[in-house]
Amino acid sequence: MTDTPVPRHIPDRLDKPFSSAIFSWEALLVAVAVAIFAVNSFASPYFLDAWSLSDLTFNFTEKALIALAMALLIISGEIDLSVAAIIALASTMMGMAVQAGAGTPVLVVIGILVGLGCGAFNGLLVTRLGLPSIVVTIGTMSLFRGVAFIVLGDQAYKGYPSSFAFFGQGYVWWVVSFELTLFLVAAVIYWFLLHRTSFGRRVFAIGNNPVAAQFSGVRVGRIKFILFCLTGLMAGIASVLITSRLGSTRPSIAQGYELEVITMVVLGGVSILGGAGSIVGVVLAAFIMGLVTFGLGLLNVPGIVMSIFIGLLLIIVIALPIVWRRVRRERFT
Amino acid sequence: MDTTAQLTPTTEQPLAPAPRLTLSGISKSFPGVRALHDVSLSLYPGQVTALIGENGAGKSTLVKIMTGIYQPDSGTISIDGQAVTLPSAHAAFGHGITAIHQETVLFDDLTVTENIFLGHAPRTRFGTIDWRTMRKNAREVLDTMGAGHIDADARLKDLGIANKHLVAVARAMSIDAQIVIMDEPTAALSLKEIEELFLLIEFLKSEGKAILFISHKFDEIYRIADRYTVFRDGEMVGEGLIKDAGQSQIVRMMVGRAVDHIFPQRKAEIGAPVLTVSGLSHPTEFDDIGFELHKGEILGFYGLVGAGRSEVMQAISGITRTSSGTITLEGKTIVPKSAADSIDAGIVYVPEERGKQGVVIFQNISLPSLKRTSKSGVLRLAEEFALARSYTERLDLRASSLSQDVGTLSGGNQQKIVIAKWLATAPKVIILDEPTKGIDIGSKAAVHGFMAELVAQGLSVIMVSSELPEILGMSDRVVVMREGRIASVYDNKGLDAETLVKTAAGIAA
Repeated sequence: MTDTPVPRHIPDRLDKPFSSAIFSWEALLVAVAVAIFAVNSFASPYFLDAWSLSDLTFNFTEKALIALAMALLIISGEIDLSVAAIIALASTMMGMAVQAGAGTPVLVVIGILVGLGCGAFNGLLVTRLGLPSIVVTIGTMSLFRGVAFIVLGDQAYKGYPSSFAFFGQGYVWWVVSFELTLFLVAAVIYWFLLHRTSFGRRVFAIGNNPVAAQFSGVRVGRIKFILFCLTGLMAGIASVLITSRLGSTRPSIAQGYELEVITMVVLGGVSILGGAGSIVGVVLAAFIMGLVTFGLGLLNVPGIVMSIFIGLLLIIVIALPIVWRRVRRERFT
Repeated sequence: MDTTAQLTPTTEQPLAPAPRLTLSGISKSFPGVRALHDVSLSLYPGQVTALIGENGAGKSTLVKIMTGIYQPDSGTISIDGQAVTLPSAHAAFGHGITAIHQETVLFDDLTVTENIFLGHAPRTRFGTIDWRTMRKNAREVLDTMGAGHIDADARLKDLGIANKHLVAVARAMSIDAQIVIMDEPTAALSLKEIEELFLLIEFLKSEGKAILFISHKFDEIYRIADRYTVFRDGEMVGEGLIKDAGQSQIVRMMVGRAVDHIFPQRKAEIGAPVLTVSGLSHPTEFDDIGFELHKGEILGFYGLVGAGRSEVMQAISGITRTSSGTITLEGKTIVPKSAADSIDAGIVYVPEERGKQGVVIFQNISLPSLKRTSKSGVLRLAEEFALARSYTERLDLRASSLSQDVGTLSGGNQQKIVIAKWLATAPKVIILDEPTKGIDIGSKAAVHGFMAELVAQGLSVIMVSSELPEILGMSDRVVVMREGRIASVYDNKGLDAETLVKTAAGIAA
């Protein structure tokens, strides 16, 4: 083998046939988004309006910010069900700070730090104690929201400073809200992190085969801990936005958000079993969820029907790829 | 053998009763692969038939057809002369066919009794499970087959693999199975446990069971089998009585040519010590391990399963912690706290379980080397492709592109990816744990050739292996471990297998 090897050239990648681009999950999402957009514009005369469309984005930007970090967490084979509870706890802490007379910058820092702290707590329980994340975060889901309920009871914190309203209600330029801008910037950052850094590559490796990743020198525990912290951080940021948008804190704030976040991630093509997914898919899925809920809202569909719809959507997007694979396998064997 | 004294061969008499199970003309194809083509196999009551073939010869497919998991495309199956079909695993079970696999398919959280009678538990008058009769019957079955030491009320997960095999056999006995398939039952057993398994097989023979025994190990086949059937590339290429066939004859049938597995000749230029380990201890797995590895050396580690060899290697490569001891690499003491630390230092560990990889080739290869192929954390794809290319082309990888999924490659090519991945980290010491376990003879030779090339380039190799020919053929020196300690270190000059086995088993030479 050592003497004059005749290397057989292996190309970097083969040119993918055009059909594979057309039948990719992302292309499917774009088609779905266009279809819903068309249906909406026929169904309601108020839909095709710059301000209407701008309002639409408020339906998903807060959840979508969390979905970006959640996508990485799910790709690595973990999950965080406590994100909505983190929002409630962070919002409650901001409310307490307002009562104590804190100004806007302090509120923002508190919201973000509480989120980060909750994420770190989840991460420590999962990586240090080796507990399954689904169990840990079901526990902390009750814990975080429970604290919010104890502090608030049936009260609500109000009286946020007027400058605090900018984050959830302000516009950067014309109809472009601060929330949407923040989401798009965050999406670019997360895209870069997942698809263009060695950190992102290691996240995929862990999701594919955690043991092989560890043997390959990937610090599995450390990376998972960072991912929990990021998810908590994004929940903290979302908490600042929601609290600012609503101008008040109730313990039931953001109830049920975790399922919508996970639906977005899975609809975006991230494998619920870990190891595969893309940020582009998640961003597209976020827009689709926004379009659907806003469209149903325009048609005066009640909220309970919307939650039934979200539930069905979650089951379908998880089942569809699995059923599709099984159908194909049965046809071939 | 006393038959040698007789003038006429006696193949016709006691060894040829009517077959219990006959497969004939069996074919089975999968998309793009012809797994079996017109194969035949007969199993006789009270006899052990060995099924022999390289990986991919079609042995597992045949077992799956016999146990009702796959349906043959054509061919007939008959039991005691009656044609039968086996449309499901349940049907095969009903016909008295039972299989014992490498990892036995039993239920860890159920008791021994429950496992034996699952699906055919005795009932009381009211239709509920008759626990008392069930326990009594379980005890009887276990006692009859000489497994009196097994507690019928123990949970299966608390038993060792050997005892799990015994439970699987007890289950076969309890349904009065007439046909027992053993698919590499000895793979995870120690020498002593293998002896016990053989006693059990003798017992099953005496009970008139027809046994199919699948193994890669010739010594086992010659020890226990009465007949053999050889498969090659999905076809049956030979069968007969084992006493009439020589080992080299069967190997020739397996590979289609006479192969003496020749280990690569190399001129050992052993240099200065590279890795020095002393007093390495672990609370439970090993104690006071000390050895030196020299530049350009292949150091073999031999021992029985469970002697602690893999555990020592995982400690040296930072995957597990030690309680005391020092590791010195090129004069510097290192304390690896994770695999990442040891890779940085220049020690890589290639585990026995290579596992399934869902990642594309170039990403798989670059994973442990990402620090070099990225710049402050940002990937540089061109560097990654260059790294992957330089090693895959050296290893003559057959792939359509570097972005192909590793899972779609053949076993031999996957092995090349694994090697490329570790070489790409530019290690000083490479630890190979059972590098050729479960791969076919052709791929084995390629791996051995490659190991020789590695040491010729000045790398040092530690090779953990349980295969004596490999240890004797490749090592410069051999460390033998027994029960977590180093039993002896031998220079591989005139070293013989017997010495190694005796040292490993603790028998005075």
